[in-house]
Amino acid sequence: MKNLRAMSKRRRREMQHKEVLRVCSKLLIPLIMLFALYVQFHGDFGPGGGFQAGVIFASAFILYALIFGVDVGMKVLSPGARRFFLSAGLLLYAGVGIAGMFMGGRYLNYSVLLQDPVAGQHLGILLIELGVGVTVAASMITIFYVFANQDESE
Amino acid sequence: MVVSALALLWLRNLFAVVMLSGSFSLNAAVLYVVMDAVDVAFTEAAVGAGIATVLMLGTLALTTSHEKADPGVSWPHLAMVVVVGAALIYGTLDMPRYGDPMAPIHQHVAPEYIERGPKQTGMPNVVTSILASYRGYDTLGEVTVVFTAAAGVLALLGRRRKKKNKTNKRIRSGERP
Repeated sequence: MKNLRAMSKRRRREMQHKEVLRVCSKLLIPLIMLFALYVQFHGDFGPGGGFQAGVIFASAFILYALIFGVDVGMKVLSPGARRFFLSAGLLLYAGVGIAGMFMGGRYLNYSVLLQDPVAGQHLGILLIELGVGVTVAASMITIFYVFANQDESE
Repeated sequence: MVVSALALLWLRNLFAVVMLSGSFSLNAAVLYVVMDAVDVAFTEAAVGAGIATVLMLGTLALTTSHEKADPGVSWPHLAMVVVVGAALIYGTLDMPRYGDPMAPIHQHVAPEYIERGPKQTGMPNVVTSILASYRGYDTLGEVTVVFTAAAGVLALLGRRRKKKNKTNKRIRSGERP
């Protein structure tokens, strides 16, 4: 069986003719990303949160790479940027915890972040959910790209 | 769900197995919605039916899409599985009925979270307030696990292609690798 990369190269040539797929995915990708952001920032009020939003956001990138080829998809988000986001999310989460310590609370206690404890909790939860989302999205994209980028003869 | 689980056991074509496990996850998500666990259903649909299926297909493209021949039934193993399964089912008989308000799990810390959660965090969604605030350490651990998984994949497979290209170049230019 051919590997994904060769498949995507061959498929990219075929895809030139599959206009329905290309146009539909181009229409869908912004909506998927918008929905991911909605899930991310509306998680306090409805179902959802960082994990789900990260996965949905990553699926937009993966769809793009599947339709337009992995090489083109890699150009959208360079390996350096992926690694940066991968660690940035986790550091943001841990950093919010440490910020709480500096402001006189315990680790990961958000009530001390602002004057009003409830507003502090709100801010803390928003920030750590953002960290979760960024790390999850970056991990999923990284794992997919690395898998899709393998050579078959290894 | 039972049908797709049984089909998963019998099928030897791994492509069909991946597709069936995706549909199994989707069915599980529907089941969670029926049980009013919307957050869990959301995760199951996004991760189980979506990303996991794509990653499995990516793995299939690197390996083969056909399972090796069945080695046949091993009776001691089958007996062990039956005994353990029967013990697990026997264990569930003691559990409280689904949705029983007097069950121990609803008497411990859950009422406190439901009562204090919206007041202390200002969040209408109790699940988010528990995940992110009361159980912040657990969620930090989960994110670390995801991070470690991606870092492990990067460390194991991330650099292989470059090396390969270098070897190819050397072969092409007449050098011995």
